[in-house]
Amino acid sequence: MNVMTDPNAARKAWLGLLAKAPARDLAQLWAALDLKAPHQILRAPEIGGVMVRGRAGAIGEAFNLGEITVTRASIKLEDGTVGHGYVQGRDKNHALQAALIDALMQTDAAARVRDGVLTPLQATMTQKKSTRAAKAAATKVDFFTMVRGED
Amino acid sequence: MQAHVLEGGFDNHAVDSSHAFRAVMTAMARPGQIATLQGALPPAPLSKAAGVVLLTLCDPETPIYLAPSHDTQQLRDWITFHTGAPFVTAEAAIFAVGTWQDLPVSAFAIGTAEYPDRSATLIVECESLSNTGEVLRGPGIKDQTALSLPKTDAFQTNAALFPLGLDFIFTCGDRLAALPRTTRVG
Amino acid sequence: MYVAVKGGERAIDNAHAWLAEERRGDTDVAELSVAQIREQMALAVNRVMAEGSLYDPDLAALAIKQSRGDLIEAIFLIRAYRTTLPRFGGSNPIETEDMQCDRRVSATFKDAPGGQVLGPTFDYTHRLLDFKLAADGEAPQAPSATAPTEPTPHIMSFLDRENLIQTEKTSETTPDDLTRKPLELPASRALRLQSLARADEGFILGMAYSTQRGYARNHAFVAELRIGAVAVEMDIPELGFAIDIGEITVTECETVNQFQGSKTEPPQFTRGYGLVFGMTERKAISMALVDRALRWKELGEDNLGAPAQDEEFVLYHSDNIQATGFLEHIKLPHYVDFQSELELIRKLRREAQDAMSQEAAQ
Repeated sequence: MNVMTDPNAARKAWLGLLAKAPARDLAQLWAALDLKAPHQILRAPEIGGVMVRGRAGAIGEAFNLGEITVTRASIKLEDGTVGHGYVQGRDKNHALQAALIDALMQTDAAARVRDGVLTPLQATMTQKKSTRAAKAAATKVDFFTMVRGED
Repeated sequence: MQAHVLEGGFDNHAVDSSHAFRAVMTAMARPGQIATLQGALPPAPLSKAAGVVLLTLCDPETPIYLAPSHDTQQLRDWITFHTGAPFVTAEAAIFAVGTWQDLPVSAFAIGTAEYPDRSATLIVECESLSNTGEVLRGPGIKDQTALSLPKTDAFQTNAALFPLGLDFIFTCGDRLAALPRTTRVG
Repeated sequence: MYVAVKGGERAIDNAHAWLAEERRGDTDVAELSVAQIREQMALAVNRVMAEGSLYDPDLAALAIKQSRGDLIEAIFLIRAYRTTLPRFGGSNPIETEDMQCDRRVSATFKDAPGGQVLGPTFDYTHRLLDFKLAADGEAPQAPSATAPTEPTPHIMSFLDRENLIQTEKTSETTPDDLTRKPLELPASRALRLQSLARADEGFILGMAYSTQRGYARNHAFVAELRIGAVAVEMDIPELGFAIDIGEITVTECETVNQFQGSKTEPPQFTRGYGLVFGMTERKAISMALVDRALRWKELGEDNLGAPAQDEEFVLYHSDNIQATGFLEHIKLPHYVDFQSELELIRKLRREAQDAMSQEAAQ
């Protein structure tokens, strides 16, 4: 799907970030934001499994690889805005905070939540990824063919 | 999905669904016995009892058939959000919901000789439900009991298919009773 | 014949209590935390996740602690926990093409675009015990280099330029799940791959090795082995679109196999595939070899009668929880059965003796 034309791209991006972020990082940023968001619970945090699928030969038919643990929750803000959280792992607060942030990102509080939670969260995760990529890059091999032999 | 279809699920899923499961299991084990269920507030036209049954027994791996009497977008959304169950034709359904008139009873899977459990459970929404009418006998019934069934011969035919066949749950408001394939009618 | 017996509750309770004490070990030694196991016994954690069929490093670490390091017992605990989880649904197939690779090597294409990246491998270590590790305090730091920004496409796609590699069938149907429906034979490739992905590493390694030694030899080369993080995406009905619901580390192995052609297929390279949770490359390579051996029918090869070609033999014996359950139950009380066996033997002996004495009398 083209990101430029996908109307859900922004929401998809923050939900994905919230799902993959470490629960502890999110909890700290959320607490620091100190935002009151009275809400009603539509779906209490629930721990479950999702069957992860792969493709035979990386490109062929799908097969079941195994499950991951996922926790989900849904809430409704007082103004009626609904938020959904689906996060990896078994942390119920993580799912609830993700749902709250999803809802708030659809309200006037969006800029504050983005600056206080999403942007720093993204920065930490990007940092972790690039540190790993840099270490991997240091193990990249330059080959020299010495001799061609049988087998 | 509109916000109101996201409401009306179990407040405490683990506890509420355990109670409901026990009630449905007992109803199946004691054919004809009427039980009262709590915990779900589904959108009309689904009854509370049928809502509790769906919340308790359905998930993404139990395809549901909605009879025309119950096939509304609101109900579809409610079931999708709260159970994740997909909607299918009668032939592929594990559960079906509707009024007796609207359920294509002969279309549902009755299981195979190797897997008699691969059959459908029909949730039949009724105007009334009482221990009057057809006489029921069989496993789980001491001597005999009675239940207000919407029809007689269809259930006799079904019982004759044993060990294959359909299982039925009759719902009315917040009450339900069950008729497994093992019960002899009339 | 079985006869119900009662008793032993006190003995069992005390055995459990002693097990707990032994698990803790010498209390003068600091207790292991779950986080320590997760971080420092990561490959054991990966194996438990792969064979337990549940990706959750904290739970796998807890299971290892609880099982005193008995990995099959830990896998058993994870399998049991897994059955208690409501299933929210299935993910879209993961895109290993988009993997952020920690490791990516090819035995067949040394100048692969994106390069060969060794990652944190044991491969070139000397397998000498490092006594420095016996002392505490070291926190080694790995060097860094500028990471390339180019993507790392699958190497098989480069090898396939001349269309000399067998293609894979695609299909969008939901694959059967052996954790939901009992495995029936013949099994689809999807079911075989699911079964192999959760199979016992030792069993699959032995099977794969047997193909290398000549039992249905299929001349495998590692076209690509990659390890790294991939996003897991799922359709969320209440949203109406798919989102990432997590990120997992997986090991993927694609083999390219020599193939002389058969009655139904022209000479070409064929493929085997391995995909496993975590950094588990021995298992992923083994899986690819066994996957390839099990594909003899669709490729029109002869059944050589080799164990690795026998899907019933491989699939029905590769699950270590099924195997251990059946194997270990024979140590539980069978006194009653044995009594009837004894009775039978005595009766047979009596009959034989009677027959002998009759013969002697005649």
